[in-house]
Amino acid sequence: MSPLSPAPANATRVAPPLEAARRYPPKPADVYLFGTCVIDVFFPGAGMDAIHLLEREGIRVHFPQAQSCCGQPAYTSGYTDEAREVARAQLALFAGDWPVVIPSGSCAGMFRHHYFELFKDEPQTLKQVESLSARTFELAEFLLEVCKVRFEHTGAPVKLALHTSCSARREMNTHLHGRALLAQLAGVERVEHDHESECCGFGGSFSVRMPDISGAMVQDKTAALKGSGAAEVVSADCGCLLNINGCFEKQGDALRGEHLASFLLRRTASAGTGGAR
Amino acid sequence: MSTLADTPAQPIAFTRNAREALADAQLRRNFRGAMDSLMDKRRNQFPDGDELERLRAFGNRVRARALSKLPDLLERLEANLARNGVQVHWAETVEEANAIVHGIAERHAAKKVIKGKSMVSEEMEMNHYLGARGVDCLESDMGEFIVQLREEKPSHIIMPAIHLNAGQVARLFHDKLDVDYTEDVDRLIQIGRETLRRNFFEADIGVSGVNFAIAETGTLLLVENEGNGRMSTTVPPVHIAVTGIEKVVENLRDVIPLLSLLTRSATGQPITTYVNMISGPRKADELDGPQEVHLVLLDNGRSQAFADGELRQTLNCIRCGACMNHCPVYTRIGGHAYGTVYPGPIGKIVTPHMLGLETTRDLPTASSMCGACGEVCPVKIPIPSLLRRLREEAVRAPAAEPQHMRGQGAKHSKKETLVWKAWRTLNTSPGLYRVAMYAGTRLRGLMPADIGPWTRYRSAPKPAARSLHELAREHLGAQ
Amino acid sequence: MNAKERILGKLRASLAGTTAVADDYDIGLVTDPWRYAADERIARLRRMLEAVHGETLLTTAAEWPQRVLEALAARGIDELLVSPATAHGRRLAEHVREQGAALRLKGYERAVEAWKDELFFHTPASLTGTLGGIAATGSLVLWPSPQEPRLMSLVPPLHIALLNASEVRDNLFELMHAQRWTDGLPTNALLVSGPSKTADIQQTLAYGAHGPKELLVLVIEDA
Repeated sequence: MSPLSPAPANATRVAPPLEAARRYPPKPADVYLFGTCVIDVFFPGAGMDAIHLLEREGIRVHFPQAQSCCGQPAYTSGYTDEAREVARAQLALFAGDWPVVIPSGSCAGMFRHHYFELFKDEPQTLKQVESLSARTFELAEFLLEVCKVRFEHTGAPVKLALHTSCSARREMNTHLHGRALLAQLAGVERVEHDHESECCGFGGSFSVRMPDISGAMVQDKTAALKGSGAAEVVSADCGCLLNINGCFEKQGDALRGEHLASFLLRRTASAGTGGAR
Repeated sequence: MSTLADTPAQPIAFTRNAREALADAQLRRNFRGAMDSLMDKRRNQFPDGDELERLRAFGNRVRARALSKLPDLLERLEANLARNGVQVHWAETVEEANAIVHGIAERHAAKKVIKGKSMVSEEMEMNHYLGARGVDCLESDMGEFIVQLREEKPSHIIMPAIHLNAGQVARLFHDKLDVDYTEDVDRLIQIGRETLRRNFFEADIGVSGVNFAIAETGTLLLVENEGNGRMSTTVPPVHIAVTGIEKVVENLRDVIPLLSLLTRSATGQPITTYVNMISGPRKADELDGPQEVHLVLLDNGRSQAFADGELRQTLNCIRCGACMNHCPVYTRIGGHAYGTVYPGPIGKIVTPHMLGLETTRDLPTASSMCGACGEVCPVKIPIPSLLRRLREEAVRAPAAEPQHMRGQGAKHSKKETLVWKAWRTLNTSPGLYRVAMYAGTRLRGLMPADIGPWTRYRSAPKPAARSLHELAREHLGAQ
Repeated sequence: MNAKERILGKLRASLAGTTAVADDYDIGLVTDPWRYAADERIARLRRMLEAVHGETLLTTAAEWPQRVLEALAARGIDELLVSPATAHGRRLAEHVREQGAALRLKGYERAVEAWKDELFFHTPASLTGTLGGIAATGSLVLWPSPQEPRLMSLVPPLHIALLNASEVRDNLFELMHAQRWTDGLPTNALLVSGPSKTADIQQTLAYGAHGPKELLVLVIEDA
């Protein structure tokens, strides 16, 4: 975690200490949900499925209606001031003590890691950032580590491939949480796909600024997913799904990836609460 | 000179270069195969993830410590090298560095230079500079020799000819060296060995790079496998080492973790065949080694990166190339498309300081920010963060203060700035956001099927009929 | 102002008001993973050297000269570059005399400029001592000297190195410390880990790039 009192801008930087394994709080009664802008517009069903999954675990979900975007698109494009103002707006909406659950690893990573950089020159705001960061969980992580869910597979046996977004993987370990959840499900065989840890080529604005490179990457990714023998594809990041599904559609392929939350809601029962909501 | 050498790829033409490279199936296959192999080799060298992470943190601290006292260490290095009989020269620009090297060549009436692998000499375009002044430079690293024969530039900082397969080298040797066509790699290497052997002792000057310059002992440390580096630094009467000002480390023992990180990350070797530590020219009672050793310390934009604490991390780099080996962009377009001496992720963060953002403005953009580079960097350079920072510098208003970079604002556009300001307003005004979502979802039928670059490879995304905001409000009630 | 002053001036200005990063050198991290029991040390060194095409042979102080003769005979080599001014050079010469072997020994007794052509094209093999070895990486330590100049271990296609088993250390840190390297390094110090090699053509490993094609290490167990 970044310190609250930043060093001078010209200080020689040393890499932050290795992050200790995250310690998780007990399961709460209430959580915030941050829906993310991509889910809001393109995959609202995945957002609702995340809400239902949390409710199935007996948790009350709060969705502040004034929420919009985590600020990542502007941040990664270099429009830091604009990103900061959008981030500030979110910061104010999630000021209570409840955990913030996000069905997207890259947006969760933004809350959890990058807001420190955005507000490094605002000591007062950094206190809020510190609190938000400590309370931010990616959905799969939250289900696994905080709710300690035990899911039972209720569907027919299936081979499935899991694609994890790069920031989710590298900033939030979402691939491990996703794998652990799927591993609970008898009859669900998770198959590896070729170059599984490689980026699908989305990268937000990268996909339109460098369309040919991005296109080559997503074509390789869809080929790898198809080549894996999986009948279904899941991912915990809708940015990647927008990219991968768009490519499948363009190629005339029937395969579509869905959000992990949708798969879990549809195909499992919670052993903890005795089943459907 | 062939047209290849006359029109090398330029960074300003990055997107066009990339498109051409993507269309070259042979190139794609060559790179994918080579990068897969290099990634496997590195992975095998670090079976213990915990040791790797602790060693990376150690490497980072060693480099950061060196940078945190860089001017003092450079002076200490110079003093200790001078004591050992090595002459140290300083150059702010590549022109100055070339003039220094040429001056030494002139003093010795040198006609022929044999070169060990040196990326800084590539940065200087030394071969071209000296060649134009009647001094021939011959590359002796096998990969560099091959690309020089093809009148190309290296496509990788460790493996210069990695874009070629054995068949392409076989044809090259057959055409240029008048030997029988063979794809047998052992035979091809023997042809290279025999061709270069006499050149080592005919050369008037040997040029090399430096992996680590050790301030404490006044030592230049070079790693290599082929023996050409030792030849180039031992046989000719004059040895000139060229290196960047950031390559200094404080103490001899500091090289131990860095050496281990370097060779394991670069080529998946526990150590290279040779670790060559040079602390001076031939002494009176010695029978070989150069009579003169020179070190040229080159700035070329490094002091610009050094000025800012965040950008300074760029200079942690020990040039292992692991970032390019793991980069999904580099893997697909290869090294030449970048049009820069240093390709791949490290090239994207270091070159803008050398050339300015005007001509390199597309490089920081050419990343999906996947983070693979930062994850493998042995000295923990936060490459994605630095790419983001360079994007920021490229879109800032050109006149905005403080100025951190040459070419600030090279991608600044009033139109795009306005778009992001509008985006900010939308995302900070809940009422406006709600109206926009309502309009976006209700007018989804109007979404065009062709939305430019996105739809070249994908169908257009379709907004849902109702936003999550609406669905959540309905389900949870207004909150 | 000259270039040096300008560069240092810029660097110093950039560091204004900052403090140096502390030296918290982690000796354990460069030694603990690389420690070997006494009976494993030589085995590790051999394994590492052989993995990169080095040849190793366990021998004794009494027998190594004969091993050298055998190695050369097996390769059809009848001439060896070896220093007559070293103990091992004298020992080998004596053995050659005793055996009446046909091997011709020549020394590196003139500056390289005086016999470059012979060194490069008519010297098939060399023999040198070493200052020790490193088990972790399978490396030999060479400090070339007036008796055994730098090119002796580089130019001849076969390099035979004598290594005393007692001088093999676990790792580079331990070796540098034990041999007090910071007290003063020679003009050229080398770690050598195998014969020269390259993978510059299509990632295919080939030995005998510009240096020796073969490296034979005679590990003298009782020395």
